[in-house]
Amino acid sequence: MIEAGAKVLLEVKQLSATVGGVPILKGIDFTVRAGEVHAIMGPNGSGKSTFAKVLAGHPSYLVTGGEVSFDGRNLFELAPEERARAGLFLGFQYPVEVPGVANSQFLRLTYNTVQGGRGKDELDPLEFDDFVREKMKLLEMDPAFLDRSVNEGFSGGEKKRNEILQMALLEPKLAVLDETDSGLDIDALRVVAGGVNALRQPDNAVVLVTHYQRLLNYIVPDYVHVMEGGRIIKTGTRELAAELESRGYDWVAAEGREAA
Amino acid sequence: MSAVLQNLIDQPYQHGFVTDIESDTVPRGLDEDVIRMISRKKNEPDWLLEFRLEAYRHWLTMAEPTWPNVHYPKIDFQAISYYSAPKPKKKLASMDEVDPELLRTFEKLGVPMHEQAVLAGVAVDVIFDSVSVTTTYKKKLADVGVIFGSFSEAVQEHPDLVRKYLGTVVPAGDNFYAALNSAVFTDGSFCFIPKGVKCPMELSTYFRINTQQSGQFERTLIVAEEGASVSYLEGCTAPQFDTNQLHAAVVELVALDNADIKYSTVQNWYAGDENGVGGIYNFVTKRGLCKGVNSRISWTQVETGSAITWKYPSCVLLGDNSIGEFYSVALTNHLQQADTGTKMIHIGKNTRSTIVSKGISAGRSNNSYRGLVKIGAKAEGARNYSQCDSMLIGETCGANTFPYIQVQNNTAKVEHEATTSKIGEDQLFYFASRGIGNEEAVSMIINGFVKDVFTQLPMEFAVEAGRLLGLKLEGSVG
Repeated sequence: MIEAGAKVLLEVKQLSATVGGVPILKGIDFTVRAGEVHAIMGPNGSGKSTFAKVLAGHPSYLVTGGEVSFDGRNLFELAPEERARAGLFLGFQYPVEVPGVANSQFLRLTYNTVQGGRGKDELDPLEFDDFVREKMKLLEMDPAFLDRSVNEGFSGGEKKRNEILQMALLEPKLAVLDETDSGLDIDALRVVAGGVNALRQPDNAVVLVTHYQRLLNYIVPDYVHVMEGGRIIKTGTRELAAELESRGYDWVAAEGREAA
Repeated sequence: MSAVLQNLIDQPYQHGFVTDIESDTVPRGLDEDVIRMISRKKNEPDWLLEFRLEAYRHWLTMAEPTWPNVHYPKIDFQAISYYSAPKPKKKLASMDEVDPELLRTFEKLGVPMHEQAVLAGVAVDVIFDSVSVTTTYKKKLADVGVIFGSFSEAVQEHPDLVRKYLGTVVPAGDNFYAALNSAVFTDGSFCFIPKGVKCPMELSTYFRINTQQSGQFERTLIVAEEGASVSYLEGCTAPQFDTNQLHAAVVELVALDNADIKYSTVQNWYAGDENGVGGIYNFVTKRGLCKGVNSRISWTQVETGSAITWKYPSCVLLGDNSIGEFYSVALTNHLQQADTGTKMIHIGKNTRSTIVSKGISAGRSNNSYRGLVKIGAKAEGARNYSQCDSMLIGETCGANTFPYIQVQNNTAKVEHEATTSKIGEDQLFYFASRGIGNEEAVSMIINGFVKDVFTQLPMEFAVEAGRLLGLKLEGSVG
């Protein structure tokens, strides 16, 4: 929801980044205010996922230029775990499996770590169990997932629900969801989208990185951005997403070239 | 490998100090005279000297094994001193007579030698270089008929028992290092649980190598008579030297009908530095004989130290319905090499064995599991379940699994599962993106990985082992 004068949560100026010496991001400008939902779309290899990972601080990517402020702080002065404690959340496209570590234990550690970072009380295992079960209901998740190892043997849809569960626990100021819709059947998509919508508040914001428009039928964005070649080449409203769905991405790129 | 991971796994060794204590050390080298001298110093009966000499003569005909997946320069067995004892070597009547320097050493190591300071219910036998320096709680154990103390004392006080069982599980000529040990062993622990007695406390031996040129060759013998049960713990450390020291121990366990022996080890010998200089060669033969029906022998080991570990705690399941278990965590870092596993030899009917092995490799180390499951022709209904998991930390380490399965009875059921996983940047980044720092992430992943083994350890040991793995793998994050 767009409100004039809402607080700026994320401000990205001329961000460039490389991986293994290859430039991927080539000057991104991007601003998110509290209460907003942004969708970043674009063809494969346009740099969408890289942008999400750079924001979260993935060590494989090297930032080569530009500035990013998050909630008034210089993002690049914060280690990845500090970014998370400061309220930035990345929902992974391919959540990592961690054999041997019980999901319940992992969820409680992440919850308590982030709560602790905010100066709030931590929950003991019993209190946490009640709390997490409530959140799981929202995502129609079987409590049996608490006893399994983190993401191990989970189906694609189960992994994505587990990501949204973490988001629900951590209540981030800014959630960046990287292709959360990929690999989901229509029921799972509805549940996951419902989970995201339930967490929307006037003081937080969501960035959806997605290849397809269908997620945006469930989570309605305020802005739609098209990324190509490591830049945002067009910004519009939700109607742009529908147009991309019917016409593809090529016309946007062509329009960009003409303008240049 | 990233700098972050590198820092995580580079932790200094905590027990690398040398105690400045006068010791009685025989000159380096080995021949029959040295063996006679050791035997004389220990005032041994003739049969034991004969046992040693026979083993020595056999050893001379044997060759060092070359099949393990480990590499090291040829050992000069004449450069080792085969006996070293802290002076003065006289009979100690009480703890107050122990050299205060020695007491301080063990305090530093966190080994409780004063009985009043001992964690409730753990009796400790302490072996310093070659000899046992003290045993706590002896009297209390004697009240229920349990014999627990140094091997040397047992030879003097219970020669018939020692003679009856010594070499019955690991014969003197069993293998190269067992033969060497049989020739020159100097001390160790002896433990005898008589018929029907449940040992009222955990028994524990703490081994320390202090002298630079000495080898440590201890001999442990545990016998549980019919219906007896005991839980035994073993811990080891050594100072930091830039030369390699040889540790070639033999452990024999005998379980009679319905007896139960649980043997746990936390091994933290000096592992050498990050360039592989120094460290202990840990070439150990451990074997248990489930001699009686329904007997059970369970090995649990946490191997974190030594430059090279060569060790296969095994069970011979002779009695019908007997049970053998092996739970192992082996951690290697830097240039450490481990070739470790177990042998489960099923001879009796309906014998069962379980193997759970967890190998963790970091740095440039190499970690191999080697295990044999053998089902004999008469082992009707035998069952084995093996699970061998490897975890790699970083890009420059190696893990191997060498399972050998020999089945001669078609009613047997043998299962083997193996996995390999890796702590990589992606896992650490996943944790970091949830607010969890690298140290805590590694610790959580490792603890999850070793959980099935650690639950087998007695409580205090599990805590110590967890801390030890932490020390070996965590550190200041750059």
